[in-house]
Amino acid sequence: MKPSDQKPNQGDSRRDFLKKSSVITAIALTPGIAVKAAENNADERFAELFEKIPLNLTVNNKAYKASVEPRVTLLDYLREELHLTGTKKGCDHGQCGACTVHVDGQRVNSCLSLAVMNEGKKITTIEGLADGDTLHPMQAAFIKHDGFQCGYCTSGQIMSAVACIREGHTSSRAEISEYMSGNICRCGAYPNIVDAIVDVKEGGANV
Amino acid sequence: MLKEDTDRVDGILKVTGKAKYFAEYELPGLTYGVLVTSTITKGKITGLDTKAAENAPGVIAVVSHLNKPSATAYEQEGGPQMKIFYTDKIFYNGQPIAIVVANTFERATYAASLVKATYAKEEFNTDFAKALKDPKAKKLQGQADYKRGIENAYKTAEVKLEERYFLPIETHNPMELHGIIADWRPNNQVTVYAKTQGVKATQGTIANVFKIPMENIQVNSEFVGGGFGMALRTWPLEIATVMASKHIGKPVKVVITRAQMFTMVGNRPAAIQTIGLGADKDGKLTGITHRAYGETSTYENFTEGVVNMAKFMYQCDNVNTSYAIVPVDLGVPIWMRGPGEATGAFALESAIDEMAHALDMDPLDFRIKNDPETDQQKNKPFSSKNIKEAYKLGAEKIGWSNRKNKPGSLVEGPWQTGYGVSVGVFNANRGKASVKGILKADGSLLLQSATSDIGPGTGTGMTLIANKLMKIPVNKITFELGDSSLPPAPSQGGSATLSTVGSAVNDVCVALKSAIAELAANSNMDATANFVEVLKKNNLPQIEVTKESQSGKEKDNYSMYSFSIHFVQVKVHALTGVVKVSKIVSVGDSGTIVSPKTARSQMLGGAVGGIGMALTEESIIDHRYGRYINNNFADYHVPVNADVPEIDVNFINKPDPYINPMGAKGMGEIALIGFSAAVANAVFNATGKRIRTLPITPDKVLA
Repeated sequence: MKPSDQKPNQGDSRRDFLKKSSVITAIALTPGIAVKAAENNADERFAELFEKIPLNLTVNNKAYKASVEPRVTLLDYLREELHLTGTKKGCDHGQCGACTVHVDGQRVNSCLSLAVMNEGKKITTIEGLADGDTLHPMQAAFIKHDGFQCGYCTSGQIMSAVACIREGHTSSRAEISEYMSGNICRCGAYPNIVDAIVDVKEGGANV
Repeated sequence: MLKEDTDRVDGILKVTGKAKYFAEYELPGLTYGVLVTSTITKGKITGLDTKAAENAPGVIAVVSHLNKPSATAYEQEGGPQMKIFYTDKIFYNGQPIAIVVANTFERATYAASLVKATYAKEEFNTDFAKALKDPKAKKLQGQADYKRGIENAYKTAEVKLEERYFLPIETHNPMELHGIIADWRPNNQVTVYAKTQGVKATQGTIANVFKIPMENIQVNSEFVGGGFGMALRTWPLEIATVMASKHIGKPVKVVITRAQMFTMVGNRPAAIQTIGLGADKDGKLTGITHRAYGETSTYENFTEGVVNMAKFMYQCDNVNTSYAIVPVDLGVPIWMRGPGEATGAFALESAIDEMAHALDMDPLDFRIKNDPETDQQKNKPFSSKNIKEAYKLGAEKIGWSNRKNKPGSLVEGPWQTGYGVSVGVFNANRGKASVKGILKADGSLLLQSATSDIGPGTGTGMTLIANKLMKIPVNKITFELGDSSLPPAPSQGGSATLSTVGSAVNDVCVALKSAIAELAANSNMDATANFVEVLKKNNLPQIEVTKESQSGKEKDNYSMYSFSIHFVQVKVHALTGVVKVSKIVSVGDSGTIVSPKTARSQMLGGAVGGIGMALTEESIIDHRYGRYINNNFADYHVPVNADVPEIDVNFINKPDPYINPMGAKGMGEIALIGFSAAVANAVFNATGKRIRTLPITPDKVLA
């Protein structure tokens, strides 16, 4: 049975399932066998059937059909499953902005969003911003103004910066700073980041 | 900065998300490790129940001191870190005690929550200030006492002051979380993807711990998401991950949490300092005393250069310093940007401002009056020092003439405005490094060295050095780093990389040029012939040179330092006590500026780090439990975009004639050293309130 054929059983946790199933209970009561079953990947099969949830989403214009545990964050799904590692983990608590992506055009901290909450949604990550080999104007402006040093917060800064312009929060340097304050840069490139945003805004390019 | 200045060579990789940091490498069979940490501060693990975790879905193993693979060095007595993770001993709260390995990150995280430890607790103390007062607490000498002239001469001076300054623990908190991927394969072959400031250092540590040959170990660390000092050593959690990989025979990836970044990968230690200053009525310094106490751990001693600056920065015949370290039950500290010199500069540069005020002198005039011509500590001339020029330039740019010497003079509505200045200084280091250069007939140059780039733009600086010498376009030059198999270079620390590795790049280029000239002469070509033609004529696809480079006698003849001056304007809100840094002018005097764009960014970063140190950063511990209580970015406040004003960065940009062939001195540390004192001095100028305890939070301003 393919995961997509299985009706999601969201109310049942693994523990509930184990309690209900007499066969499994017998296994669970015999640790040695249970360990062996786990080794034979019986565990994986149960998880696939009862713990994972089907997920359809679009990332950088590519459709993905997946089956994920509900506890997987969008950030970990992007990084560990899709290997789109341009989106960074800086705190996993929505406090630093390194994981910023666009969900249906809105900037979102992907560490605060579970993958399964994004059913049917369109995600754009830093890897999806450039047009082939042509950099997005914001990417080019970050290079020109040296809007980074170590580069770790950069993906999130750029995704936020693009959203900042789209949202119309660029009337002054102070406003830009305020609306970019959810993205921490420990290397301290803030003035250059503001320069880059001002440059793109004034350049009038379509972001 | 001119817009046409050369862009960062790895810029495209960084803005497209293609730059790969340690945790982003895909290895076949990769597993995920999550650490279990101690919940007591001191004592012993008496039991570790791992059964539930081992039976949890997807779990491959739980590795702890009970079943870890033997590490030869750890079986021997003494040596650093040996007791963390490897034995049942607990030295601090949040210490790694087990690592749960599973086939997904989520499963490892859940299973780690199932490990239950029981402990035999012991009395502990995490309070540095309390330990300092306790006559029974250990105080260890951190640096030899220093004395020039009369000890404590300040006490008998015409004008004197003696004040105490307190700095809390600060945490580096680079944006990238720490961790490692370790892959231990048969026949003791080990590959790691590390977050390190030194691939050779990581290689050496693993070789040393497990007593396997260096060449068995491959360390990769091409991109590092910030370090600021915390990645200058291989931490116990990294060794634990290597052990876990050895134990299960698969690659293991560990990425620690932001909370764990506070406990197990070092911090800037807390410090208490006393400064005594004496001057005559004309404003000449007659005595400087600097006594400092720094925090360290109980299992390892950590020292840094807190009292260095007092020995040479100002002309004074009577100087004495002392520095002791005081162990508490916390993880061992490690150098944080500017390291001890930044700690010391806060105290000394605050005191200098206080003395200027006591003398009713402009603090800039006071500094100029006491500026030394030679280094009185080493009794040598400075290799180069343009600090008076830097004072003038910075004063002009900030509008120092608007400053009133009487505090609290500039008031506009609820805002009080003040100006402050401070000096930063750090050793201009140059170590030993090797670089290989491969000049190819396709017109390109490949340079290789096992150095690192934690952000300053190492590759860009090296490329520009080669570009200038070889006249090869920047886009035809590649500089490879972050790979332990490349020619050796020291760790990236102490502002030494450009000076050290850059000199080797210089030497390689000089050697390549003379090799080409020789080939040209042998093949009857003009001495100025292009290297591509020369190689083609000689049917050579490429030539290759490796050079080791280090400083010579000049080190013995001159005192070499980089200098910085920080000018800040602050606005202090009289009702709320909020301090806003409203204007910054930083001037760097660090020889030739090799890469203007990245150099400017480094100075920006220092100022931003300085704002954090001055106004917001403090790692707070609940001493009843020995646990950090603000171990996240919501409660530990690093500066955000809105905290930072426009920053005017200036460089003197005059070559140092002695340090190295480029005439360039390091500048990573001076960008931050002294900055916090400039803010404190500006707050005093704005309000008349002298705050000697960092950070300068509203409660202290209003108190």
